[in-house]
Amino acid sequence: MSFSVTEPSSRQKWFAGTLVITYALITMIPLLWIMMTSFKTPPDSISYPPKVVYEPSLEGYVNLFTTRTRLSPEALAELPPPENFAEEIVRNRNMVIAGPSKFGGRFLNSVIIGFGSTFLSIFLGTLAAYAFSRFKIPLADDLLFFILSTRMMPPIAVAIPIFLMYRQLGLSDTHLGMILLYTAVNISLAVWLLKGFIDEIPREYEEAALIDGYTRFQAFYKVVLPQAATGIASTAIFCLIFAWNEYAFAVLLTSGTAQTAPAFIPTIIGVGGLDWPAIAAGATIFLLPVMIFTVLLRKHLLRGITFGAVRK
Amino acid sequence: MSDGTVDRLARATPTRVARKVKGLSDRAIAWLFVGPTIFLLLAINIFPLIWTINLSFTNFKANRPNRAVEYIGLRNYERILSDSDIWLSMQATAHFLFWTLFFQVLIGFALAWLINKKFRGNDMWTTIIVLPMMLSPAVVGNFWTFLYQPQIGLFNYIVAFFTGADPSSFDMLGSVDLAPWAIVIVDTWMWTPFVMLICLAGLRSIPDYIYEAAEVDRASKLRQFFTITIPMVLPFLMLAVLFRGIENFKMFDLVVQLTGGGPGSVTEMSSINLKREAFEKWRTGYSSAFAIILFVTVFGLASIYVKALNKVKER
Repeated sequence: MSFSVTEPSSRQKWFAGTLVITYALITMIPLLWIMMTSFKTPPDSISYPPKVVYEPSLEGYVNLFTTRTRLSPEALAELPPPENFAEEIVRNRNMVIAGPSKFGGRFLNSVIIGFGSTFLSIFLGTLAAYAFSRFKIPLADDLLFFILSTRMMPPIAVAIPIFLMYRQLGLSDTHLGMILLYTAVNISLAVWLLKGFIDEIPREYEEAALIDGYTRFQAFYKVVLPQAATGIASTAIFCLIFAWNEYAFAVLLTSGTAQTAPAFIPTIIGVGGLDWPAIAAGATIFLLPVMIFTVLLRKHLLRGITFGAVRK
Repeated sequence: MSDGTVDRLARATPTRVARKVKGLSDRAIAWLFVGPTIFLLLAINIFPLIWTINLSFTNFKANRPNRAVEYIGLRNYERILSDSDIWLSMQATAHFLFWTLFFQVLIGFALAWLINKKFRGNDMWTTIIVLPMMLSPAVVGNFWTFLYQPQIGLFNYIVAFFTGADPSSFDMLGSVDLAPWAIVIVDTWMWTPFVMLICLAGLRSIPDYIYEAAEVDRASKLRQFFTITIPMVLPFLMLAVLFRGIENFKMFDLVVQLTGGGPGSVTEMSSINLKREAFEKWRTGYSSAFAIILFVTVFGLASIYVKALNKVKER
């Protein structure tokens, strides 16, 4: 390559690299600390100074998934030897496992509601985006703006009537209610992003298919959908991450059967104070899939973020 | 636009007749495709909004559904505008909004500018920097309360390590002076990457030849930065500010988990105040009026801002 005035010198690159890497490392500390805390024992987690080197323990994870009851030393001595490692960890604290905790169910709720609403938003969003992209719809620009402006409302403002409406319809604290709600929130972004992706597919492909005797429907799912697959996938990730992380609606509209993990994790309480290793264990299990997703799909994700904002 | 020959041919043929034979007309398909989305938005966004407007003129209390509902005109609005708590929450929101945007723009732009120097491995480090913004604010915010613990918290330990202060001498979340900054720090940590990504998109959209031309004209690097880089990135930066501004005006999850609005009410943002009125005091009519005021404020500010943005774009 020839000399270019816009190419930074190697000293500049080195300098920029050092600063950015320093920032990245600092920004990672809280996340690393969550994971490290999840493998500590409760006493280790609250020691001063904070322990960086410690003996790893699964107590946080055991506490996260179980409920425990305290027994007197005499009663403990009479029990048969512990059957597994979890029982052994708990016995060391003079307790026995009483049963499973609610965490498993709450995590499952997050999965059901997350995937359910993502599927629905993508299904409806793709149809709408295709129509906006290809047909002359009266007032299309106003409709698109209307769809986007629904995102400006503070969730709490919408939550009051939705709370009342769901109470009337029997949708409060149900999976279906939360799926519909998250779909309504996500669909604006989904339509907006997907329209951009579909706009990029040349119309000639479909026109050719139509001339070959395809109906519009066939042209749509045999020609357009495969072409838009990447765009649909990255939009889906966005919807999934939103539904996965959402807190305000979850905490106001669910309390039991449909409560999601973000509303549940902060309520984990141990014996005599907050059980930080258990909270950290819950957070780790909950956050890790998103982190892995982000790293694996970074190209699509990063494009989606800037694209969604810049297209306006 | 893809106004190809095929397109023109397609328009020349009597399409409506031709396509009706093969299935639904295009117009029917358009409405069939858009309809469900519009319906869902009407049912779960617009209908509730109208209901909120209606409730805002009443004295309804959702925990006493059987009590007779009275229409009391604009009294809820009058009460809100003369309520000092509401103005305090607006002040807390303004403080949070101003400083989070200030730091995020400053750090976000600087990072984007550095990453755009294209050092080796910049993709990987960008991904790592982006991680915090992909995570659940509630779960992460909850964990930050642990980092902020006066004696045992890692944040206090690190600050004490570098300043020599006693780590238990300051309580980020418990002190009236520090709590507003504690939430600014976490929000900046979480959302700076968003501003960075938008700025990066802006920087990458500047074609090289502009710099090459400036170089030929012997403009200094500093001059190039202020006359090319900044003006070209400005529309992107303003968009990032718009998006972050709207989000932080609505801020709820992170701050609820961090401080719950305390100590006292120094970090009680309008959304938290609204939640308290609506779901703890159950003043449904009153809080509906507050919700409408908030919505109108966001919408109004955003519209003014978008006008300014378009002016900048036109330049």
